[in-house]
Amino acid sequence: MSTVIDVEHLNFSFGSGVLTQPVLKDVTISIEKGEIVLITGPSGSGKTTFLTIIGGLRQAFHGSVKVLDQQFINSSEQIKVKARQQIGYIFQQHNLLKSLTALQNVSMTLEINAALTERQRRERAAEMLIAVGLGDRLDYKPDQLSGGQRQRVSIARALVGQPKIILADEPTASLDKQSGHEAVNLLKQLAKESQTTILLVTHDYRILDIADRVVELEDGVIKQV
Amino acid sequence: MKPIIWFYFPARLAWRQLVFDRTKLVAAICGVLFACVLVFMQLGFRDALYASAASAPVKLNGDLFLMHKQSEALWRPVRFKRSELMRVLGNSAVAEAYPLYLGLAPFKNIQTRTKRTLMVYGFDPDSQIFKIDAIDDKRAELRLKDTVLFDEYSRPEFGPMRQLLAADQNVTEINDYKVTVVGLFRLGVSFAADGNVVTSDLNFMRIFSRRNHEDIDLGVIKLHPGASATQVQAALRSQLNEFVNIFTYEELLSYEKDYWANTAPIGFIFGFGTVMGWVVGLVIVYQILFTDIANHRNEFATLKAMGYEQGYFVRVVFASAFFLAVLGFIPGYLLSLGLYHMAESKMYMPMPLPFGKVTTVFMFMLSMCFMAGLLAIRKLKDANPADMF
Ligand SMILES: Nc1ncnc2c1ncn2[C@@H]1O[C@H](COP(=O)(O)OP(=O)(O)OP(=O)(O)O)[C@@H](O)[C@H]1O
Ligand SMILES: [Mg+2]
Repeated sequence: MSTVIDVEHLNFSFGSGVLTQPVLKDVTISIEKGEIVLITGPSGSGKTTFLTIIGGLRQAFHGSVKVLDQQFINSSEQIKVKARQQIGYIFQQHNLLKSLTALQNVSMTLEINAALTERQRRERAAEMLIAVGLGDRLDYKPDQLSGGQRQRVSIARALVGQPKIILADEPTASLDKQSGHEAVNLLKQLAKESQTTILLVTHDYRILDIADRVVELEDGVIKQV
Repeated sequence: MKPIIWFYFPARLAWRQLVFDRTKLVAAICGVLFACVLVFMQLGFRDALYASAASAPVKLNGDLFLMHKQSEALWRPVRFKRSELMRVLGNSAVAEAYPLYLGLAPFKNIQTRTKRTLMVYGFDPDSQIFKIDAIDDKRAELRLKDTVLFDEYSRPEFGPMRQLLAADQNVTEINDYKVTVVGLFRLGVSFAADGNVVTSDLNFMRIFSRRNHEDIDLGVIKLHPGASATQVQAALRSQLNEFVNIFTYEELLSYEKDYWANTAPIGFIFGFGTVMGWVVGLVIVYQILFTDIANHRNEFATLKAMGYEQGYFVRVVFASAFFLAVLGFIPGYLLSLGLYHMAESKMYMPMPLPFGKVTTVFMFMLSMCFMAGLLAIRKLKDANPADMF
């Protein structure tokens, strides 16, 4: 098994000078290909911050963060843009583009890829939406969909590009128990088929059972559970 | 990277976002339309001004023209001596030289008896210094005492002269001097004069009792066939006094045009109006693009997290600007077309809308929207993907 995410001695703080607020303290963790890791922990413990650094969305300066063999510490924007294209994101809010239909939203992930034809993009996006159970909602805009359906569209959007890693931040927070569980199981099932690594932040103890490993972050310090 | 990826996709996203919010799209189009109409009208009036300013010299039939150096334009000439004009006859290439007398004077409307100022042209009826057949045909009548020809294209405030003549009502007053209208011709109004009257040099002196034959406003010179106007012009320039300008036909036209464009504040006013239209449009389009970026901030940040680079969003903004320019220009052009026709029929001014002007205004709109886009893309940096989680 190969290591997909390898973090060593990561330190991160917001602010500068007297106002410096350390958020991540000497974090070390490595995650293998195909692994599903859940991160829990109290509010303000730095979970979201950790996720944005792994995703190449926030620049860290101390320690080592290797994602898909790319070093993110003090890296250029160019390297991070490339890496982001191999990562699927699922946000707490669905963050779909509201002027686009479900199909067009999912296609946006594929439009970065110049190798595909427009037809292939549509077909793949449609297949993915069918896989998440929205085959009859392809041409609906986000405000014509329910909360659970929107979150399923954003799961499809994250998965359609066949990313190596999926990062999800409280994907079930805006859903009820039933649809939250459905969404996460769907994510697990589709990810297992393609050996995708999942790093998922949650407060929701009802979904801990999907994890291969649960990690607790407390006040910026990692505790294995 | 393939060009389709490079431009088509961001343009398509821009289009989808534009048509999604119809109300805002309509508002945006109205903004561009407004600027477009403003620029069209300013340029239209300006060109009408230039065209009509030159309408009188356009109809003059001569190869070279003599004008006092201090004459800023034909409608406000500085007079010079007739003897100066007659000296050109010494050049063997010169066939004829005739003076033209000009004067602004009140003309009494035969029906309403109200007075309004028009331009009176006085010329020797033995000469053919106008390229207007109706004047040539009436030269015999003009030799009679107190006869004038009236410009049919004068503003309607001077009275319906054609009907009046048909009803034998042809006696009126110019400069409080009684004259008889013996016919009509067609010249056109200008910013300097609302109407025109042509009469003989003798009648001109009667209408303007303080004028005399020796002080002339313009000299019209005709050359023998085959003579080169520019060569004769050069020869005459060395012979004549320094205080006169000697123009070819084209030079006279551009001298008139330049007066209205540069010396008279009117050219500046319309130029200023054009720029203001551009600026107003710029502000409107900038405002629209700016709020659009602000509203789509989260969506752009999401796309950034998905691996879209900054250049993509810049292209989205410029594509929106381009669509607004085109969508606003089309109705703006159609509306201006209607307004041009209205201006022509209400103000009796030539308002042509040639293809060149249409493309000029389109380029104006394009540059305006491009500039607005350039100002608005600063707002893109607010879209930070780290804030999306
Ligand atoms: N942009 C920022 N600027 C300054 N401080 C920040 C910023 N974002 C987060 N913080 C601080 O960093 C700490 C960790 O925040 P983070 O969002 O990572 O917590 P979290 O574990 O995700 O909490 P929650 O479970 O409530 O989402 C908090 O104390 C927060 O105040
Ligand atoms: Mg959080």
